Amino acid sequence: MAHASAHAHDDHAHDHPTGWRRWLLSTNHKDIGTLYLIFSIIAGIVGGAMSGLMREELMQPGMQVLTAFSSASDPAAAIDQSYHLWNVLISAHGLIMVFFMVMPAVIGGFGNWFVPIMVGAPDMAFPRMNNISFWLMPPALILLVCSMFVEGPAGQLGFGGGWTVYPPLSTAGHPGPATDYGILALHIAGASSILGAINFITTILNMRAPGMTLHKMPLFVWSVLVTAFLLLLSLPVLAGAITMLLTDRNFGTTFFDPAGGGDPILYQHLFWFFGHPEVYIMILPAFGIISHIVSTFSKKPVFGYLGMAYAMVAIGFVGFVVWAHHMYTAGLDVDTKAYFTAATMIIAVPTGVKIFSWIATMWGGSITFNTPMLWAIGFIFLFTVGGVTGVVLSNAGVDVALHDTYYVVAHFHYVLSLGAVFAIFAGWYYWIGKMSGRQYNEFLGKLHFWVMFIGVNLIFFPQHFLGLNGMPRRIPDYPDAFEYWNMVSSWGYRITIIGVAIFFVNVIYTLLAGKKAGDNPWGEGANTLEWTLSSPPPFHQFETLPKIK
Amino acid sequence: MAAVKQHDYHLVDPSPWPIIASFSALAMALGAISWMRDASVGPYLFALGLAGILYTMYAWWSDVVDEAEHQGAHTPVVQMHHRYGVILFIASEVMFFVAWFWAYFHFSLFPDGYQAVADVTGATWPPKDIELLDPFLFPLLNTLILLLSGTTVTWAHHALLEGDRDGLKNGLWCTVILGFIFSCVQAYEYHHAAFTFSGHVYGATFFMATGFHGFHVIVGTIFLAVCLIRAYKGHFKSNHHFGFEAAAWYWHFVDVVWLFLFLSIYLWGSDFGAAVMHGAGH
Repeated sequence: MAHASAHAHDDHAHDHPTGWRRWLLSTNHKDIGTLYLIFSIIAGIVGGAMSGLMREELMQPGMQVLTAFSSASDPAAAIDQSYHLWNVLISAHGLIMVFFMVMPAVIGGFGNWFVPIMVGAPDMAFPRMNNISFWLMPPALILLVCSMFVEGPAGQLGFGGGWTVYPPLSTAGHPGPATDYGILALHIAGASSILGAINFITTILNMRAPGMTLHKMPLFVWSVLVTAFLLLLSLPVLAGAITMLLTDRNFGTTFFDPAGGGDPILYQHLFWFFGHPEVYIMILPAFGIISHIVSTFSKKPVFGYLGMAYAMVAIGFVGFVVWAHHMYTAGLDVDTKAYFTAATMIIAVPTGVKIFSWIATMWGGSITFNTPMLWAIGFIFLFTVGGVTGVVLSNAGVDVALHDTYYVVAHFHYVLSLGAVFAIFAGWYYWIGKMSGRQYNEFLGKLHFWVMFIGVNLIFFPQHFLGLNGMPRRIPDYPDAFEYWNMVSSWGYRITIIGVAIFFVNVIYTLLAGKKAGDNPWGEGANTLEWTLSSPPPFHQFETLPKIK
Repeated sequence: MAAVKQHDYHLVDPSPWPIIASFSALAMALGAISWMRDASVGPYLFALGLAGILYTMYAWWSDVVDEAEHQGAHTPVVQMHHRYGVILFIASEVMFFVAWFWAYFHFSLFPDGYQAVADVTGATWPPKDIELLDPFLFPLLNTLILLLSGTTVTWAHHALLEGDRDGLKNGLWCTVILGFIFSCVQAYEYHHAAFTFSGHVYGATFFMATGFHGFHVIVGTIFLAVCLIRAYKGHFKSNHHFGFEAAAWYWHFVDVVWLFLFLSIYLWGSDFGAAVMHGAGH
């Protein structure tokens, strides 16, 4: 390889690796993006199955489903075990959906596939590092799943301290190693995301095709750029926080233990300094996807392009200084709460800019309601509901009453599982023809949308009522008064799962029998660079860089 | 059929290192957990994973050096990628240290935060009954050592720019040796500290913040030592030596973190030496 001629030969041989080498040793952004999407689907099935167990348990008051998993013969011990199993399920569900489903789909999957193409680059800036970003994810998921099957609290299996991993429940409350598995899973997933963030920022800042200034960059690329900065700057703080947990648990430090002068509230600050940017990490790429789809199917450029781009920058920036609105009941003083209330409400301004700009994009447009557009409009509608309840919760005074109730659960599922997940499906239907070369079935796609739209609203809308009536989250049982809306919510899950089944039928149909997708199945409204390539694109696109006018 | 590449980007060949490193990390994590639980397999599994990661680092970066020195893959635009990459990596490292400084200031600014904390700290910082290290002995010495090493790495850099290979080697030798001395002094001071890592927030914040810094000093020293070896092998040209610059940037980052540690933990945290109990202990 030391000689130019040998190198040229080598280049040719490695031009298109096949078989296991192609998938395990990949340095190709599209293949790695595909791996991320497959990984995300697997994690989504695992995390979604947990939701199913939880909704079935909540179908009626009392404990009836989770007790079946108990090994204890003594009824009281069996109930204890099923209570703990509940805690394990909510913890794992949250962590899996955040770190192993949403992020790998929108950033790892769609980001990898389309950021390089949209900026007119042949690949990511660091193709080999891109692959370690992906391959760190399966070990992290393995560790997280392992944690469910090893001892947590004395005599109980699994970590049940919630996705936030607050001490002292995560330290003194879980003497077994389950928490350590979870912590190291987060360390590894975090390392993956930091490396990915470095890769995306470098790609976007340094590999744009000639003529593509920052202000000509597609909004999805803008969204991933802001997201990558949030990842880069927030994840190391989480790494520090969970390292403190690890040493408190195993090496006798007392960061969070008042007996040694420590303070559990420190953990909450560090966690939410990461955790709040994290929610924007999940939603910003969704914003980018939605902008493209709304523009494409309205056959109009996005309304207020620059405003849309800088709204995301503003959301990302302000997202770093609102973290303690997750801690209103932790004993913050009134001035602090006043600041965090005001700062949090500010975020509604750039978010409103985005919502109204999407609507203005559709206004007067020649709209076609293909499946991706249905998901995009569904996103705008549902994300707005979640955003509005977010403004409600930003009030420290109101939040004291609603903290840790189902109102909060409804709020963040409206922005995430109805917002981010709808954007993932929107992106899937928008781009699957480009990625696979075969177009999805329009009828199945629309059916998937309507079934799931009805299903998820049935799940989560009643949870607002439950929360306002005081039903606490993270509890597997409830008074009879909450039965009706819980039953509705659980039926919503059953409907949703039918929608997900239709999705999988459509995936199989697409891959086996889907019609060949042309270069651009969407017509004049789709004008980003991916639609100038074949479907699927060549293994290395843009061997000659495109020129942007 | 792919067209002929018409751009200066580096399309990297498929590589086994990412997947090997990832599963080595899994082995290391599982080994660490077992080890912390005193399972006999733990240290071996941990060592296996660590070996995998260390070998991967060697092999992967050897590939990078080969691509730079012999394959000509590092065109100007690719070198610019590397500049972005290292700056961003250092930015993430800065945020990692933010977590440790956050913990330190959380306790040092509010030692009377609430009763349970005040009971332990005596509602003062430095906390009651903690025998502090004198900032004007070894910590000041180490500050001077690191600052000096910052000048010697700049000496090496300017020698490289001027084509003075001996100056490059001598400057790097000095930097590596100064880094090594820093670590030795730090180890000596840790060994003789009158407070411990466990049981009290003072020790926890002190040792974790300065300990992670110390780890970064060791990493930086190794990075510079690799540059020294490469200098002997004739690597680096006056106009193409980003591997060296990255090591220098990293070294300056480590230096700056130390200055903040010295100012906030050693100096301000001891009332600029006034809170050190002289005569006690050492």
